[in-house]
Amino acid sequence: MAKASTKTNAQNLQGNNACALAAVAAGCRFYAGYPITPSSEVAERMSLELPKVDGTFIQMEDEIASMGAILGASMGGVKSMTATSGPGFSLKQENLGYGVIAEVPCVIINVMRGGPSTGMPTRPAQGDVMQARWGTHGDHQIIVISPASVSEVYEQTVRAFNLAEQFRTPVVLLIDEVIGHLVETVHVPDPASLDVVDRKWADVAADKYRPYEAGKDMVPAMARPGDGYRVHTTGLTHDESGFPTQDPETVDRVSKRLLNKFDPHRKVIDHFEELNVKDAEVLIVSYGISARAARGAVKQARDAGIKAGLFRPVTIWPFPEKALVKAAKKAKRILVAEMNAGQLSLEVERVLGRDRVSGVNRIDGEAISPADIIDAIGKGA
Amino acid sequence: MAKKKQSAETSGPKEFDVMSYLRRDLFPHFLCPGCGHGIALRALMWAAHELGLDKDKIAIVSGIGCSGRLGAYVDANTFHTTHGRPLAYATGLKLARPDLHVIVITGDGDCLAIGGNHLIHACRRNLDITCMMLNNEVYGMTGGQVSPTTSQDRYTTTTPTGNTEATFDSCKLAEAAGASFVGREVTVQTPTLKNLLKDAIDHKGFSFVEVISDCTEIYGRKNDLGNSPEMILSQKSQMRPDSYGGVIVDEPFRPNALPTGVLTRSDRAEYGETYRSTMASSKKGA
Ligand SMILES: Cc1ncc(C[n+]2csc(CCOP(=O)(O)OP(=O)(O)O)c2C)c(N)n1
Ligand code: SF4
Ligand SMILES: [Mg+2]
Repeated sequence: MAKASTKTNAQNLQGNNACALAAVAAGCRFYAGYPITPSSEVAERMSLELPKVDGTFIQMEDEIASMGAILGASMGGVKSMTATSGPGFSLKQENLGYGVIAEVPCVIINVMRGGPSTGMPTRPAQGDVMQARWGTHGDHQIIVISPASVSEVYEQTVRAFNLAEQFRTPVVLLIDEVIGHLVETVHVPDPASLDVVDRKWADVAADKYRPYEAGKDMVPAMARPGDGYRVHTTGLTHDESGFPTQDPETVDRVSKRLLNKFDPHRKVIDHFEELNVKDAEVLIVSYGISARAARGAVKQARDAGIKAGLFRPVTIWPFPEKALVKAAKKAKRILVAEMNAGQLSLEVERVLGRDRVSGVNRIDGEAISPADIIDAIGKGA
Repeated sequence: MAKKKQSAETSGPKEFDVMSYLRRDLFPHFLCPGCGHGIALRALMWAAHELGLDKDKIAIVSGIGCSGRLGAYVDANTFHTTHGRPLAYATGLKLARPDLHVIVITGDGDCLAIGGNHLIHACRRNLDITCMMLNNEVYGMTGGQVSPTTSQDRYTTTTPTGNTEATFDSCKLAEAAGASFVGREVTVQTPTLKNLLKDAIDHKGFSFVEVISDCTEIYGRKNDLGNSPEMILSQKSQMRPDSYGGVIVDEPFRPNALPTGVLTRSDRAEYGETYRSTMASSKKGA
């Protein structure tokens, strides 16, 4: 998200470290977490970086507490983040839902592993695509981003904070173990050149302020404790005043505002990469490290005269369905390459129908290789 | 009241009027008639009043339960969080905003069962938060199930033959875990409770106050403990022998039968200040 005339500073960075540096550059001043492989370097780096900017780092007693603490900090007006992996992400889900309904901006990093349960802590997987979408209970929307390089980890962490602030919502960054531990050269932008978004603060008189009343943009302005608004925040379904309600008409109205909150903003939220999609007869859909194998496979296939293309959602939830429909116009086959038994596939099938869609999946703790995808392309030919 | 008396109740900056600390438009409130939680809230507001706390700087963080519902009534910054987790939210809030007076309102189930881990670590850290736990020996909000402080043999909806489990002494637990201020009081002695809460809020560090409350409607009825005045009057001698360390049953009202008042007070370093000063000096040293 660096502006055009950016001065950068080339550094070799590990994905998890890049994430921490980007968070601080985006204005994060509070981190709470609980150690878990393969995410712990995010916490370690935050414990070093935050004191330099008068921020606060705390290692909490568990992931439930970590999620609660970052919500508490954000409700206090301070940008906050936590990082974890699958088992810890499961523990955060109830409080994550609180963040959704109370509309508390925050960023949750999940450096994924396989599962269920402890799974393979040090092996790569992309097992939490559906947990990220549906992990907390009830109908809800959430923004989930999956970067495919260390540079993109940096960029997308900054963007995650910006989206969280702009839309008053938790944003999840799904990183896979390969990207989290990969060291690549990142052109770190000069922090002063970054576009950093801050949430809309209440600026009307206290007696005029309705904490959950939103304008056209569907996003209500937030009040900072201490500024005289004395707001009530609750995880109970509440009306525009912030106080609980069970009046069916009101509940329907406020729930729909929350469910449709991202609709007018899809241009800003959706983010994807396309490679050779225009004439693609075989379209590969992939994200994270798997998409890099897919990029290689597309090149090899093209060299062999096969019209292959890649659609890579960077924002995976909400799913960029319009863009996918367009990219898949000419495709006879859609291959969804992911390190799980077929999670994003389900969404691709929902959008494109089941006939053309099949998966390229690995659940053995190994990353998908270009050869795996080339094989799959060959099998259908 | 014709003339200002110099009673405890009028010794604050202005005469204490509980309604001026509450969100009047939310009335009538949801508590059952005679519920001790309301008395505890009054004592807390009274303490805030006598300390002259700025309402804009008060942050009430509560969990889920009848106790947790109290927060909404306070005319301050109020955060009604998730079941068992108010101390976790409060920890983030206080570290991010040391200028706020962060007060947690929680119940025996919220604080000692689902939230027990957060309690012991909050005590250990000693961040400047006041935690008021309302112990009514039962899960009031969910209809009267057994809690970690339900006395032995008491009936609840999940102990139809009487409770067979042992209880927590939450004050001993808080003290052992490192809380630098621990106290307990019953609701019937409201001015004393108010003074205890004042001391707790004034204390620099983590302060834990157990308020012996009563769930008249559900627990009281189920165990034939009498009406609300009877319940609160018997609290010191009969009602909750186990949860505060085996106080004798069968005795009539004895004001000093159970350990109440300030039970622990130390000047152990407050965590927020320790963190900030350590980080500031490491920055200088670097
Ligand atoms: C995660 C979760 N589990 C269970 C519940 C249901 N629940 C609501 S309040 C409560 C118990 C409250 O008891 P206590 O903390 O003693 O408060 P009281 O109502 O007695 O004041 C329970 C189990 C919940 N809301 N959330
Ligand atoms: S159910 Fe019990 S604890 Fe809850 S309001 Fe009624 S008397 Fe009080
Ligand atoms: Mg209770």
